[in-house]
Amino acid sequence: MTTPDFPLWEVFVRAKGGLSHRHVGSVHAADARMAIESARDVYTRRMEGVSLWVVPSTAIVASDPGESASLFGPAEDKVYRHPTFYVVPDNVKHI
Amino acid sequence: MSALASSSSDLQKARFEHALRLGDDALILAQRLGETCGHAPTLELDLSFANVGLDLLGQATLLLGVAGEIEGQGRDADALAYQRDVLAFRNCVLVEQPNGDFARLIARQFLFSSWQLALFQKMEALPDERLSAIAAKAVKEVTYHERLAASWMARLGDGTEESHKRLVDGLAWSFRFVEELFEVDATIAPLVAAGEAVDVSKLRPEWDARVAQVFAEAKVARPKPMRVVMHGRTGRHGEHLGHILSELQFLQRAYPGATW
Repeated sequence: MTTPDFPLWEVFVRAKGGLSHRHVGSVHAADARMAIESARDVYTRRMEGVSLWVVPSTAIVASDPGESASLFGPAEDKVYRHPTFYVVPDNVKHI
Repeated sequence: MSALASSSSDLQKARFEHALRLGDDALILAQRLGETCGHAPTLELDLSFANVGLDLLGQATLLLGVAGEIEGQGRDADALAYQRDVLAFRNCVLVEQPNGDFARLIARQFLFSSWQLALFQKMEALPDERLSAIAAKAVKEVTYHERLAASWMARLGDGTEESHKRLVDGLAWSFRFVEELFEVDATIAPLVAAGEAVDVSKLRPEWDARVAQVFAEAKVARPKPMRVVMHGRTGRHGEHLGHILSELQFLQRAYPGATW
C-alpha cells in the first residue's frame, strides 16, 4: 500500500508519564487521524503506551550515511567526554 | 400468591433473556470480525478489526457469564456460546450479516457501535451491579469502535466515486436491520418497567442525531426504513447465523469438553 493515497507515518510511543516518546515503527495512513488510530491498534494493544505521536515520514530529515565518517568518527577517540575519570565519594547516592 | 410467583419467574426469565441478547450481539459480531483476520485491506486494519472483535468477545464472555448465573442451571459462558442451537440465539439480525466488502463492514460496525455506545452509557445506571460494571468497562472500548467506524464512514463516503457507491450499497444492506435495535418487546417490557433494563426505544433520538451527523460528514442519505420478517431477539434468524455457528461451535461439537 505504498500508494500516494496511503503515505507512510513514523510512530512514537510514550511508555509512561515522564518518559520521552520513542520511535517504534511506522504505519500507512491516508490522514493524521487514521495514522493515530492505526498506530493505536498496531503498537499499543498490549499496554505499551499512554501517548502517541505520528509524523509524516517525509518530514524526517536523516543524516547521510556517506557522511558518517566525518559526522560520527571523530567521537571515537574522545573517551574523556564520558564523565568517568573521577571517583564518586561513597556518601554520594543516586548517581 | 400464584400470580405473584408467576410474575417473579417471568421477571427471572426476562433477566436471562436480557443478558443473552446483550451477550449474543457481542459474540456474533466478534465472530464476524474474526473472519476478517488476514483478509482486511491493510495490515493496520487487520489489527483494528481483530482488536474490535476481541473487545466484543470479552464483553460476550462477561455478559453470557451473567446470563448463566441468572439462569442458575449450571451453564457458563462457554456452554451458552458453544452448546446452543441457532433458534436459541438472541442476537439482533444486524450483527449476523455477512461482512461483504469493506464499506459494508464499516456501515454495519457504525450502525451497531453507535447504538451499543448509547445503550451501554445508560446501562451504567442499572441496579444489577454485574451489568453496570460490564457496561462501564465496555463504554471505553465501544467509544473507540464507534469513532473508528465513523471516521471510515466519512473517508469512504467523501472519498472516491467508487468508495461512495460502496458505502451507499453497504448502508442500504445494513439499514434494513436497525429497527430491531430499538424495540421493547413483550419479553423485555416487564424488565424495563421494573427499571432493570434500558428502554432502548428511548435511545432513538440520540442515535438518530449521531447518525445524521456522521451521514452528513459521509455525504450519504439515510436509507428508507424497511420491514424485515427476521427477528433475532426471538430466535427468528436469517440463513447466515447457522453457518456462523457451524464454524464457531465446530470444535466443541466434534470434541465435547475439549480444552487447551
